[in-house]
Parts: sequence; structure tokens; C-alpha cells
Amino acid sequence: MKRKGILFWIGAAVFLAATFLMTQVVGNQYPFFAGYVILQFIVLAVAWSILGGYAGYVNFGTSAFFGVGVYTAVFLAKAFGAPLLVQIATAAAIGALMGFALGLLTLRMQGIFFSIATIALTIIIETVITNWRFVGGAAGIQIERPPTTPPFDNYVQMLFFVQALLVVLAVAISRYIQNSWIGRGLQALRDDELAAECTGVPTLRLKLMACVISGALMCAAGAPAAMYLQFANPASAFDLNYSVSALAMSLIGGTAHWSGPIIGAILLSATQQLLTVTISSEVNVLLLGVMLVLFVVGAPEGIIGLVRKIFHSRNEGKE
Amino acid sequence: MDLLLDAVVIGVLLGCFYAAVSIGLSVSFGLLDVPHVAHPAFLVLAAYLVFFINEHYGIDPLVAGLIITPLFFVFGLAAYRLYYETFERRGSDAGVRGIAFFFGVAFIIEVLIILQFGVDQRSVTAAYIGKSWRIGDMRIPYRMLVAFGVAMALTLLLTLYLSKTYMGRAIRAVAQDQEALRLMGANPIRVKQWAFGIATAVLGLAGALLIIVAPIDPTLDRAYIGRTFCVVVMAGLGSMSGTLVAAVILGVAESIVLTMFGASWAPAIAFAMLLGVLAVRPQGLFGRRS
Amino acid sequence: MTNAEARVPLLRIVSLTKRFGGFTALDNVSVDIPPGERFGLIGPNGSGKTTLINCISGAFRTEPGTVLFRDEDITPLQPHVRTRRGIARSFQIPRPFRSMTVAENLMVALDFAAHEHVSVAQRRDTMMSILTQMGLASKANASATKLSQVELRKMELARAMATHPKLLISDEAMAGLSSSEVDEVLDLLMSLASQDITIIMIEHIMQAVMRFSDRVMCLDAGKIIAIGTPSEVMANQRVQEAYLGT
Ligand SMILES: Nc1ncnc2c1ncn2[C@@H]1O[C@H](COP(=O)(O)OP(=O)(O)O)[C@@H](O)[C@H]1O
Ligand SMILES: [Mg+2]
Repeated sequence: MKRKGILFWIGAAVFLAATFLMTQVVGNQYPFFAGYVILQFIVLAVAWSILGGYAGYVNFGTSAFFGVGVYTAVFLAKAFGAPLLVQIATAAAIGALMGFALGLLTLRMQGIFFSIATIALTIIIETVITNWRFVGGAAGIQIERPPTTPPFDNYVQMLFFVQALLVVLAVAISRYIQNSWIGRGLQALRDDELAAECTGVPTLRLKLMACVISGALMCAAGAPAAMYLQFANPASAFDLNYSVSALAMSLIGGTAHWSGPIIGAILLSATQQLLTVTISSEVNVLLLGVMLVLFVVGAPEGIIGLVRKIFHSRNEGKE
Repeated sequence: MDLLLDAVVIGVLLGCFYAAVSIGLSVSFGLLDVPHVAHPAFLVLAAYLVFFINEHYGIDPLVAGLIITPLFFVFGLAAYRLYYETFERRGSDAGVRGIAFFFGVAFIIEVLIILQFGVDQRSVTAAYIGKSWRIGDMRIPYRMLVAFGVAMALTLLLTLYLSKTYMGRAIRAVAQDQEALRLMGANPIRVKQWAFGIATAVLGLAGALLIIVAPIDPTLDRAYIGRTFCVVVMAGLGSMSGTLVAAVILGVAESIVLTMFGASWAPAIAFAMLLGVLAVRPQGLFGRRS
Repeated sequence: MTNAEARVPLLRIVSLTKRFGGFTALDNVSVDIPPGERFGLIGPNGSGKTTLINCISGAFRTEPGTVLFRDEDITPLQPHVRTRRGIARSFQIPRPFRSMTVAENLMVALDFAAHEHVSVAQRRDTMMSILTQMGLASKANASATKLSQVELRKMELARAMATHPKLLISDEAMAGLSSSEVDEVLDLLMSLASQDITIIMIEHIMQAVMRFSDRVMCLDAGKIIAIGTPSEVMANQRVQEAYLGT
């Protein structure tokens, strides 16, 4: 247990060092543009799986949280010229509040009702933002990047590194949850909510906790997107594609282990980054949908499950 | 005041139309407990098929809707079979994956429609589209009247089917007590599959109404997730008469908000009502569950 | 149980009624259960036994009616709080945590319900000793989905035991078991009872009820029709009618 923990943190440090080094050495901008998107999807998928994977509550509202993150940043930048870190921290706080409200409102309901409620939340918030003139309304808003802070000599490189930090944060939280009593409680309530209650698990409180953490991380992941695109409009900030992507990446990677969503996110978003160059974005979405359905039907435990199965059958073969 | 009266009349007509597009979901989700998030995507697919038939063969959209009805029935039978074999039978964790499955299917349908028909709005031509009926100051578009008539007929027929025929009663029984049904000598899975087929078949005509009432685009299913689930949940899962009442409530609410606040608020109304119902009265207005 | 009336009851149910829509599943049920008692609950199918358990464990809300546990009104408490107060139950149809091993199933209980501050190592010890007592030690690392019917029943009881209960409610833990398996489970319950745990046992197998219980209560259509020593209840006219059908 202890050794695994040390290994994990060494891995995280190496990852951060590598991304930092990359910002200092690589001159070409494209890797950062593409890499940023991949990192962003890792955060979203990992955050999604905290509620969707561990607790088994399917959240269709990733785009609601992401979009609120974007618009928190837009608002703070426009109203106060707030720096990036303030934008992200505020977005996380608002995401947590939103998760709490959503949870209180809907987590007493069973599965599908929660899912539908999360779609509802997305559309309602999008509608409100669309009608809010200050942040540009339906037409959207142009955002100017502040000057770059050293040691980065390019804003996108900085965003890339910030998103890498968010990845480490999200993964560390998700891993902690899985290995702690919280994870065990969530797993129990996912298997059987009544049995979990009668075994002493405070199901509502744990679900709320998962919803708050997941929401905070999703909003945080959305906040830098405003500066990344230098533009925000409701239709793209609240694009339902974020919801399918986060869900598909988690389920395809596998939710039985914290690393599943990371694998799924890297695999799918990297493929998408490669494919957008060659084919249309519709085909891209189609690919995502088809992969999701295929995995859900054919490999319910995702890639993690497939790998485990292969190892198992090998081991049994040896014995 | 006149404006309000207008809004209410149009709202009632609109509501009946909403009942027609929701009633299939009232069976599949309300009675069978299938988390059918792809229902609105099926609906939009039906509307595009109607569009295709209308444009290529000049066939009236309602007739086109009837033509694709058997097709959708078979499609529904197959879809339930797949769902049953992969999720319901395996039991554990079916919830998450079942929902994700239908969400994925909805997305695939949406993209396929975009690839085939493009993102532009599409509409159909028929004698009753574009003209209005005047009574006093009020103008009621014929297309709304047609939608109203067909929707009422559809809802009534389905209600009668579920209450008067043997199969219909079996479908309602399967919702309450599978064991009892098995003791009566019926196979619950067969009954459910049949019911899902019916629920999907109804979408043939519902899709025709969808494109008759207004032009369609490929992402229209998103708005209808809100409307159809709002109606079914508000009705109380599986209540057919409740579906009609709930749909009319939604139609009138949408129509009034549209007149008072403008179109930009319209998409949120169904979703807001849905959230409200879920939070305050999850068993619906005419709920069957305690 | 000579002195039962003198002591404060562990569980006290006062005028409990439970309706489902228009149907009354429990009708004005009142009963006191003193600490240490082995209490048998019988009644034909559908008489409301499981419903009563659900009301005691908090799975159902009850109104009107009050449930007092160690002199505290627990009626407004959620199930997990009641579990922490010391009420544990098994389910008539076993409800294991399917994605977990047997050991992990018990760890849930130890993590959440056994609230003393004990180390992980100590918890594992407790878990193993419960599993050993239940005869499940060899299955500790087996998936809960791979258990036989008896093993599932035992695991339900083991998980309930891991919450460190003062009151254990067993809902037809012996249904569908062979007679030797019934004896096994009965012996287990007996040994738990000797550890100062009050037990409510719902059972259809009369021999087991007779052997086990200090006192027996019989429900029919949501009403108490008889309560007393096992032989008194068995001799009761109405109990015989309820069981044999009129
Ligand atoms: N959740 C529920 N909803 C509606 N009726 C219920 C519910 N639970 C139990 N009942 C009804 O209450 C009655 C008593 O059931 P139960 O307590 O399970 O009986 P027993 O355990 O004695 O066999 C039965 O008629 C059953 O149909
Ligand atoms: Mg029972």
C-alpha cells in the first residue's frame, strides 16, 4: 500500500516535470494546443468517474459544469480582470456549490431520474447564459489574454501546464477516494443502496460528497478554456459533446480502477486529435458514440476489465 | 388578454401533440422501466424518414408516417431484444450501462442524420401546411389542427389498446407484477418486447407530426428529451390519461412563456418543469407508485 | 427470561401502522422486546413480517407509530444511523455487494458501522474472526457472486454481525436450505445469542422456531394474533387457522 503510494507520487512528479520541461524546450505550438485538449478530457473523465463510476450515478451534465467553468472565467476576466488562478479556484468553488445543489435536488432519486435531471440542468443553465447580455448572450464574447507570466513565454504553454496540474490534482483525489472508506462506501451503494444503508453507509452524504468533488473538478477544468479559445459562446461551452465524451472515456477505459478514465481519455482524445486533421468532426463524434455502445455491450468493464481478464486467463493457464 | 387566450388555445393544441410524441415513452419508460433516453432520437429519425419519403415520392407526411410504422415496430422489437440480452438479463450494474447505451445510440442516430441530411432545417409540403383557420381575431394554423386530431386519435387508440385487449392488459400487468403474469402463462419478456415494439411503432406517426408542426433539425432530439420526459414523469410513470393532461399542461406553459418572454427562454421550460416535478413530486400527478 | 418485564425493553414498538396506498400491511402493532431475548416472528406469507423489519431498520417510513430503541425514539432516523445505534438485519432475498469479495462486504460494515477507532489491522482481525465463526473463512477472498445459497445467507449474517449490533434481525435466513444447513444456521444464531445479542428471527420452519425462541409472535394480515411462549403460540387456535387456512 505504502510503496504504491510513493510510486504514484513519483509518477506524478515525473509527469509534471516532463510537461514543464516540454513548455521550456518545444518551440512548435501545435503539441500544446492538442495536448491541452487531451489533458482537459483526462480531468473531465476522471471527475466524471468519481460520481458515475464509483457511485454509479450517470451524469449527463458534464457540459453544464464545464460551461459554468468557462463562464465563471469569462465573467471574472471581464468584470475584474481576475488572474487565471483566481478564475480556476472560483470556478471550482462554484462547481462544488452546483454539485451540492444538484445532489440535494436529485440524488434521492434512482439512476435514470438523476441522469435526466442533469441534462435538464445543462439546458436550463445554457438558456440563462444565452439570455445574459453581460457575458455576450447567444452571440458569444471575445476574450483578451493577459500578458504571459514567466517562466512561460507563451500563454497556451502556460495553460497546458496548468491543465497538467489539474490532471494531477484530479487523479490524486480520485485515487484517494478509491482507496479510502469513501470509495468502499460508494462502491457499496452502487451495488445496492438499501443494503449499504443497512450496513451503516450514509449513502446520501457520500453521494453528495462525490457530486460536489466531481462538479468542482469539472468546473475547474472548464475555466481555462475561455483563455485557451479566446472566445466563448453558450452553444460551444455547453456542448453536449463534453457530456458524451466524459462518459464514454470513463466507461471505455473502465471505472473499476482510477486509472481507467485516464486510459480512456488519452486513447479517445488522442485518436480524435489525429482524426480531426483528416476527417470531419461529425465522424469523430460518430466514432465516439459507436465505441461507447460497443464497449458498453461487449466489454462492460472497459479496457481495464479486458486487461484483467487477459491476465487472469494467462495466470490460470500457468497453474 | 386576447394574446393570453391565443396562447392558451395554441398551447392546448401543442400539448396534445406533445402527448403523441411522449406516449411511446410512457410505455417504454413508464411501464417497462427501460431508461430509453434515445426515444427522442428515434422520434427525430422517424421525422427525417417522413421527410425523405415526402420529398422523393411526394407522399403526404401522415401517409409516410403510416408507411414507416411497421418498420419502426420491427425496429423496436429488435432494439428491446438487444437491450434485454445485454443488460436486463445480466442483472447487476445494468443501470449505468443501460443508460449509457441509449445515450450512445441517441448520439449515433444524431450524427448519422447529420451525415445523411446535413445540419440545415428540413420541412415537408402538404395541403394543410402554411394555411390558417380564422375565428374572430384568432388564427389557428391548420397544421396544428391536423397534429391535434391525429395526436388525439393516437393517444386514444393506445389507451384503448392497453385497457381493452388481452395483450394490452398483459403489458400493464408486466409493469406491476412479472410473477403474476408468468403464473397466468404469459412470457413477461415476450410481453415487454411486444410493448416496446408498440411504443416504437407509435413514433412513425409521431415523427410525421413532428415535421408537420415545425421544421426539424438533427439536434432537435435534445429539446425533446426535456419535453417527453417532463410529460411522462409529470404524468406519473405509465399513466396514459395522465400523459395527455401533463402534455397539455406543458404545452400551455410553453405557449404562455413564449408569448410573454420570447423564444429564447423556450428551451428551458420543459426542463425546468421536469426538475420541479422531480424535486417536488417524483411520483407524478397521477403516480402509480407509492 | 423470567425477569423480562422488570427490565427496560431493548426495542419497543408502539402502535405501528404501515400502509401501501390503500392497503394496510401493518395494523397497529405494539410489542416490547427485552435485551437478550431470542424472539421468533412467524406468520403466513404476506402477513407483514418483512414490512415490520423494514420499519424497524428504517427502510420504510412509518406513520403513525413509534419505534424506540434503548429508550430513544429512532422513528425519524435514517437506516444507517439506526445501524450505528446497533440494529442490524439480513435480507430475505440476500443483497450482497456484488462487485466485492466476501471480506470486502464485511469491511464495509466495519468501516462504517463499527465506530470505535480501530486500526485497519484490527478491523481485519475482527473480520476474520467473524468469518471463522460463520464458517466462511475459506471464502474470504471469493467474489460475492460465486457463493452458494447457504454461504450467501451466512454472509448476510456475517455482514450484519460486523456492524457490531445489539439487535440482530434475521429474515428467513433458512428458507430453501437443506435440513443439515438449517441446523448449521440455527446453531450459528444460537451462538450469537449467547454473545449478548438480542435476536429477532423470522422463520417458516416451525421446528427451528420452537427450538430457538424464548418467545414467539404470530402476525396475520398485519395484526398480532398471538404472542407468548413457543408452545402457547403453537397451541393457539387462530395461529393454527392462519397457517392451515380456514
Ligand atoms: N414496497 C411495497 N409496496 C407495496 N406493497 C408492499 C410492499 N412491501 C410489501 N408489500 C405488501 O405488504 C404485504 C406484507 O408483505 P411482507 O411484509 O413482505 O410479508 P411477509 O414478509 O410476511 O411475507 C404484502 O401483501 C405485500 O404485497
Ligand atoms: Mg418476508
